[in-house]
Amino acid sequence: MSKKFTKDHEWISLEGDLARIGITDYAQEQLGDVVFVELPEAGRQVEQGNDAAVVESVKAASEVYAPVSGEIVEPNVKLEDEPALVNQDPAEGGWFFTMKVSNPDELNDLMDEAAYADYVKELG
Amino acid sequence: MNEMTPMKQDRKQTFTGHQALILEEKLIFEIGSADKSGVDLEPVPAVNTRLGDCMAPSKPNLPGLSEPEALRHFVRLSQKNHSIDAGLYPLGSCTMKHNPRLNEKMARLPGFSDIHPLQPVSTVQGALELMDELAHWLKTLTNMPAVALSPKAGAHGELCGMMAIRAAIEARGELETRRRVLVPESAHGTNPATAALLGFKVDEIPANADGRVDLAAFKDKLGDDVAAIMLTNPNTCGLFERDIIEIADALHEAGGYFYCDGANFNAIVGRVRPGDLGIDAMHINLHKTFSTPHGGGGPGSGPTVLSDRLEAFAPLPYVVAGENGFDLIELEAQSANQPFGRMVAFHGQMGMFVRALSYMKSHGSDGLRQVAEDAVLNANYVLASLQDVMTAPFAGPCMHEALFDDGFLKGTGIDTLDFAKAMIDEGYHPMTMYFPLVVHGAMLIEPTETESRDTLDLFIATLRDLVRSANAGETERFTNAPELAPRRRLDETRAARQPILRWQAAEETAQAAE
Repeated sequence: MSKKFTKDHEWISLEGDLARIGITDYAQEQLGDVVFVELPEAGRQVEQGNDAAVVESVKAASEVYAPVSGEIVEPNVKLEDEPALVNQDPAEGGWFFTMKVSNPDELNDLMDEAAYADYVKELG
Repeated sequence: MNEMTPMKQDRKQTFTGHQALILEEKLIFEIGSADKSGVDLEPVPAVNTRLGDCMAPSKPNLPGLSEPEALRHFVRLSQKNHSIDAGLYPLGSCTMKHNPRLNEKMARLPGFSDIHPLQPVSTVQGALELMDELAHWLKTLTNMPAVALSPKAGAHGELCGMMAIRAAIEARGELETRRRVLVPESAHGTNPATAALLGFKVDEIPANADGRVDLAAFKDKLGDDVAAIMLTNPNTCGLFERDIIEIADALHEAGGYFYCDGANFNAIVGRVRPGDLGIDAMHINLHKTFSTPHGGGGPGSGPTVLSDRLEAFAPLPYVVAGENGFDLIELEAQSANQPFGRMVAFHGQMGMFVRALSYMKSHGSDGLRQVAEDAVLNANYVLASLQDVMTAPFAGPCMHEALFDDGFLKGTGIDTLDFAKAMIDEGYHPMTMYFPLVVHGAMLIEPTETESRDTLDLFIATLRDLVRSANAGETERFTNAPELAPRRRLDETRAARQPILRWQAAEETAQAAE
């Protein structure tokens, strides 16, 4: 399916009941060079809107929130050695984690690509 | 040459690497050597060691230097350090205050500097009296009944205040249910860290459009699971939280405690007493409000005042005045209260107590009030003198610091970092950057109250010239900056991604690179 987006600049793409989560190109650009990523452990339960990961750049440390509720399946451990992937390829190789979605209806609250593009445009 | 710190190639290169009297200085490990010594020692006689396997496998390779070599090394390093003694230090949120020399003279009196915390109290009556008098001043200025002097810095004071709050909640039997601590999103990072360290869940309160706590959002978050709010006033946007009394009343009604981050007390000392605002606990950075040394010159000191709702839980030790002079309450059994424990092994930063009380007594209550007024005046002078060319996210007047965002740099190809680096070439330590986080590309300028109008005018003229330059497309003045500093732009990304945390001998560095 196509990606959905949060106001906090995470993207989520659902394949069956498995979702992959990352941050948007806009988010990585605002952060600047990412130097450290802290990932959740597999098996952790997260609720929609809760802290799931931390991304640190030369400017700031920010939380990455879980766009939906569920259980963490796989953190992208490649980011631990190569945090630059978040800058280089935020939409694909720079994904943060996958999770098993417990309530797919929660995705309905999120923006589609066009709505997110408008949202970013408003932020200037 | 170090790859991390490239030198500008078109600068005149010298044989020595020195630039006139700005001297290059190597690390002490590179200039000293293990076979050199500053003193002539007798050869160590052979001994039968009983250390066995505990013996170090190799010699420690300590760098030996003669006395003048060691002295020069540290003097040269000290000359690379920018300080308030050398120039304007507009680092917002940090309050780089002038440290009056009188403070230093007082702190060096042998009755204060040559005493030991384990001396019998009968021999340190003067020091205890000083602590008691400092406590009196702090309690009077804040209108709070109790103070814990021992915390060793701001964040330690926060921890102390929040531990008192936790103890009070525990005494009410509500520690299992009151789990949430509300923290505004503009807070100092230490606030949520303190709450998390004590096991509370941090819940963020959004800011409203004028940079203050969103009162409606705050009230929505209140409930019987809220332990406390941690609020800074004036806040990190340099603004006074006007709704603070309403916040305190609503919070108390819901059964929570009010922690105020007192880092910015210097803007209101002598004018506002936190106890009158409904605050239950607040730390006071002696190194900010009361002019004790700061940063590398520290140590910090963060006494924490407590309201009557928390007084009983104040930590040990504390000074009491008795018939036979002053005494220290060191043990729970000696205390009439329920102290939650202690923050430090001894009694706190005695040297800082002396300096802070010197500052208070030399200024007097009217002088302290003027300190706050001048701090606010200076910041507003900077804000008013720059807001036609730079962009201020919130309408003034401000308190003790002026906040700008990067709106005025839009379309120039220059960002906040570049702008700050260009200030270095002009001889200024940059302002605080990218904090508070609620403002895009934040530049937070705190011109301390002791700066003269001439000093501020030159600073303002410099920033106006930089803005003119940015608008005129002189991008290289920024993106290449600093050009004149002993080191050019550092590679912060590589320093964070591949940090070298320990000095390594040349051969080790070569190995690590392989």
